[in-house]
Amino acid sequence: MTALTARRRPGNRQALRLLVLVAIVAVVLYPLVWMLGTSVKSQAEIVNNIGLLPEDFTPGNYVEGWTNFDISFGRFFLNSAMVSLLTVVGNAVSCLLAAYALGRLRFRLRKVWFIVMIGTLLLPGHVLIVPQYILFRSLGLVGGDWPYLPLLIPHFLATEAFFVFLMVQFMRGIPRELDEAAKIDGATPYGVFRHVILPLSRPALVTTAIFSFIWTWNDFFRQLVFLSTLEDYTVPVALTLFIDSTSQSAVGPMFAMSVLSLLPVFLFFLAFQRMLVEGINTSGLKG
Amino acid sequence: MALTTAPGRTSRTGPVGPRPTRRGAGRARYGEGLAGYVFLSPWLIGLMGITALPMLLSLWLSFTDYDILTPLSEVRWVGLANYERMFTADPSYWHAVRVTLTFALVAVPLKLAAALGVALLLNRAWRGVGLFRGLFYLPSLLGGSVALAIVWVNMFNRDGAFNSFLALFGVEGLPWVSDPDWALQTLMVLAIWQFGAPMVIFLAGLKQVPVELYEAAAVDGAGAWRRFRAVTLPMLSPVIFFNLVLETIHGFQGFTAAFVLSNGTGGPVDSTLMYTLKLYISGFTDLEMGYASAMAWVFLLAIALVTAVFFSTGRFWVHYSDGDDS
Repeated sequence: MTALTARRRPGNRQALRLLVLVAIVAVVLYPLVWMLGTSVKSQAEIVNNIGLLPEDFTPGNYVEGWTNFDISFGRFFLNSAMVSLLTVVGNAVSCLLAAYALGRLRFRLRKVWFIVMIGTLLLPGHVLIVPQYILFRSLGLVGGDWPYLPLLIPHFLATEAFFVFLMVQFMRGIPRELDEAAKIDGATPYGVFRHVILPLSRPALVTTAIFSFIWTWNDFFRQLVFLSTLEDYTVPVALTLFIDSTSQSAVGPMFAMSVLSLLPVFLFFLAFQRMLVEGINTSGLKG
Repeated sequence: MALTTAPGRTSRTGPVGPRPTRRGAGRARYGEGLAGYVFLSPWLIGLMGITALPMLLSLWLSFTDYDILTPLSEVRWVGLANYERMFTADPSYWHAVRVTLTFALVAVPLKLAAALGVALLLNRAWRGVGLFRGLFYLPSLLGGSVALAIVWVNMFNRDGAFNSFLALFGVEGLPWVSDPDWALQTLMVLAIWQFGAPMVIFLAGLKQVPVELYEAAAVDGAGAWRRFRAVTLPMLSPVIFFNLVLETIHGFQGFTAAFVLSNGTGGPVDSTLMYTLKLYISGFTDLEMGYASAMAWVFLLAIALVTAVFFSTGRFWVHYSDGDDS
């Protein structure tokens, strides 16, 4: 019955739908707005005013959080940015090379390697962390002069199978006639890669770069395991130091630094919203 | 090009039977065989050094009492002792298994239900869909971070935002995150909050459902619920399957939020001791890396088993509209 009446009056139904959606948006966004509001509340207000917004705006938490530890939070941001950007480079280069081979070239055992690659897609990183730690440590790379190598080396060796898969899928959409034409002009596989595949793969490279950045920026597990001195800490690891000092006075600065840490991801979201939403999640569905 | 190859053979690599000579010769001159391995070499080195070798090392370690302090050469072989201890002598291991299973069994279906529900609300094209979709997706980008876990824990504190919301209705809340009966539930809510990623996948799937099916069902007198049951669900079953596999495996691996909530202990009273957290504590806090390796292997086998179960039961309920007979 209700469906029938609703169909006769589509305006009503649309309004109801909109109302429900707005209610869900409110619930979904509440934690984020509350985080932002709390980060600019004074110490007294954090305890007494649990509302969304502060009665008077105090940016002091940001100053305090920035200098809360012996080392400025700026250092942690630099560390995180460096690890994330180098991961972007590693993933983009190594995964593109592997994807070109697996998706475009014909060679012995190609199918076997492709299946192995698909198999590593579902391999949880937690399973490998202990032996990887032992191996990198025996090579003197854990806590060495530059302790980020264990975090970065895997990404320069295309171990993030998801991106390899994404790029293989993307390359299937590049017309083979282009390869053939280049071959007729005398191009080698390297020439085809350089002049056909590389320029046409830019969209897949951009998607890979953005998601590599966001995932590495947010990643915690590996950074927690491999970084052990304060000055080497990345943002997520440094943030957990706030939890150790659970006193109420740390909440404001902790929230301020949490907000800052999410800022790059949020900016990416604003800039590439459409691509982020559509690009990555549905890539696994095609083919 | 098509002239030299048999029909239906164009995309074969052709290990079966003799290749058409001209193509074969062309390929040899083109040098694909070598180039393939040149381009593949970083991945191959990674596969061997970063994946395969560590897996084998960890298998071996799981039969030893290795801690990081004694050199590898002096490691003692202990046979199945680690596995025995895990299954019979370490109650907190079973506790971790229970916590992880509970988390996945409750949070994953609810998350997918939320994702599907909102996707259905957003399905028809109208102005503003893009905005809503973006806003719902945002938590999936931010939710896995330490920062958001910190916010979450504070929100469900005794004097957090959630309790002040309850107070509006005169309900006095609990200190949810420090209550062993409720701590895991707050983590589940955090997981469900990130329903945006599967929602986007559902939306893509819904777009593929032919409108004619709904029209035909409506002509036959099917109401909204019946159309959902008889058209949407079966047509969407491959996407539901995809999301279910992905989210379950993802759910098993929850670490960050549990670590932040419990400050790395799995507390209160082991109530948030997710499997990966237990593994981390054994390997990197207690330095029992042999024991942690055994745990990692059981975890790997469990995930493989769950995936296999999904795929073997999938054919009973996943409906592929175009691939059934071919």
